[in-house]
Amino acid sequence: MSAVVILFRLTLLEAARRRMLLVALLMGAAFLALFNLGFYFMLPNVVAGADEAGSVGVGRGDFFNFVLMAGLYAVNFLSIAMGALLAADTLSGEVSTGTIQAIAVKPIRRSSIVFGKWLAFAILLAAYQVLLAWGVILSVWLQAGYLPPNPIPGLALMYMEAILIMTLTMAGSSRLTALATGGMIFGLYGIAFLGGWVEQFGSFSENTTAIQVGIVSSLIIPSEALWKRAAFEMTAPLVRLLGFSPFSSPSVPSNLMVVYAGAYILVSMLVALWSFGRRDL
Amino acid sequence: MSTALAIDTDRLRKLYGDSVAVRALSLQVAQGEAFGFLGPNGAGKTTSIKMLLSLVEPSGGTARVLGAPLGDRETRRRIGFLPEHFRFHDWLSGDEFLTLHGRLHGLDGGDLRRRVGALLERVGLAGHGGKPLKAYSKGMLQRVGLAQAMINDPELIILDEPTSGLDPVGRLLVRDVIRELRQRGTTVFINSHLLSEVEITCDRVAFLKRGEVIHAAPVKDLHLEATRVTLRAGNLTEAVKLGLAAYGEVLRRDGELVLLSIASSKVLPEMTRFLVERGVDVYALTPHQPSLEELFIQIVGMEGGL
Repeated sequence: MSAVVILFRLTLLEAARRRMLLVALLMGAAFLALFNLGFYFMLPNVVAGADEAGSVGVGRGDFFNFVLMAGLYAVNFLSIAMGALLAADTLSGEVSTGTIQAIAVKPIRRSSIVFGKWLAFAILLAAYQVLLAWGVILSVWLQAGYLPPNPIPGLALMYMEAILIMTLTMAGSSRLTALATGGMIFGLYGIAFLGGWVEQFGSFSENTTAIQVGIVSSLIIPSEALWKRAAFEMTAPLVRLLGFSPFSSPSVPSNLMVVYAGAYILVSMLVALWSFGRRDL
Repeated sequence: MSTALAIDTDRLRKLYGDSVAVRALSLQVAQGEAFGFLGPNGAGKTTSIKMLLSLVEPSGGTARVLGAPLGDRETRRRIGFLPEHFRFHDWLSGDEFLTLHGRLHGLDGGDLRRRVGALLERVGLAGHGGKPLKAYSKGMLQRVGLAQAMINDPELIILDEPTSGLDPVGRLLVRDVIRELRQRGTTVFINSHLLSEVEITCDRVAFLKRGEVIHAAPVKDLHLEATRVTLRAGNLTEAVKLGLAAYGEVLRRDGELVLLSIASSKVLPEMTRFLVERGVDVYALTPHQPSLEELFIQIVGMEGGL
């Protein structure tokens, strides 16, 4: 059995034994239950509101889309928080408790440790996001018969964002303590979040400086840009036109930005491998 | 084989920023030897071991372990290691823990299963393999850690404070295991400040102080060095008392009793002849062999560790 597979299985077992899976599953179920219930009680008002506005060309679908995107926005935040929480303690925790020592002296590459853990987290995040995101989409579809446009590319972009945050967290965890890593990640997330709003404002008011500030923040960490692109893919055409909504954006990140985010993940991974490979344990 | 070295280091050095953890470690351990690595806390014992195991990258110097340069991955297949504090993934059961470490060594299948069972029994944990490590006592953790270090039937086993958590029964077991390993030709490297353990189990010891080996010798020779002798004799003239100074330092004189510090018990026959030839009535000549504890203080000094 290759060392990557051994560490992959060990990490999944750890998530199960240390009750991470159980807690994530229970909280995810609670989230979906609340979303379902909320949508159920909102549905009559949404339908009435949509029918009233129907005369100006806004359909029920546009309203359903708005509610759906609010749900996916929450799923997106939960996913990246999950990515950061899974990875923040994984390398640093094993270094500080010393459990890594008996592992790292074995005839394996240190990169196998990093890569095995990464793979396990990637699988866990995929499962978590599939459960929550499809839970939200199904909830709207079952109750209102509405499906958003482009759900597959949209969810893939959301998944990419969770992977980006998780990989960057592992890079931090390869050298910093769990707390410092967490501080770094949420600090960066804050930058991206704020930058996204500045850019949205700039785009709305045609202020190029504000747009540039947003682009720079996306280059520092392209997580928010991935969400904006995902939201654009899944937003109903009319809501796209309306532009200013907390869950979508008038300034749509380009394909180039998505490619940049892919490179960002790759570089984060290389930093994690390099830095953990060289550090004293 | 007797001349091959399991460990050979030359001025191995580790700096953390400005502070020196290991100054210049030069050490030779022969294959098949049981070697004790002694020193006060903070002398650099654990850092030295970590460099040998490529957990820590040296700042300078060179070393070969089992004939290969540091960091050679294939060589680690032939090394076993019990870390200090024996912290392991405590959400695994004893069986799972040993299986994991066996797999990391590339073992698998029925061979590994049999080996896990045999080792649990060897360290006195038969019947405890299904329990999570969380439920193990400190002594049980150390035993399962020792089994982990033997999972690959290593040529070189490095034990960092192997008996620190154990009660007398556990220590006896570790001693037995070490004796067995030696009989099979395994090189045993023990890092310890429990000197009585090292005295019983090791062939040779090195004393480390401030990251340097300040003394290395076979255990049996340590007792020949620096010894004290009490002489009880009648008819001790002043000339004889002065003559005794040639054999050692007279520490105290009280009538018929003289306490001498001698450099080695090798001088005793010569000293006896001298006394008899001078017509001294020798009633008793009693060497007091210092324990390793006393030697440790003599060699390392009283400052102790930090």
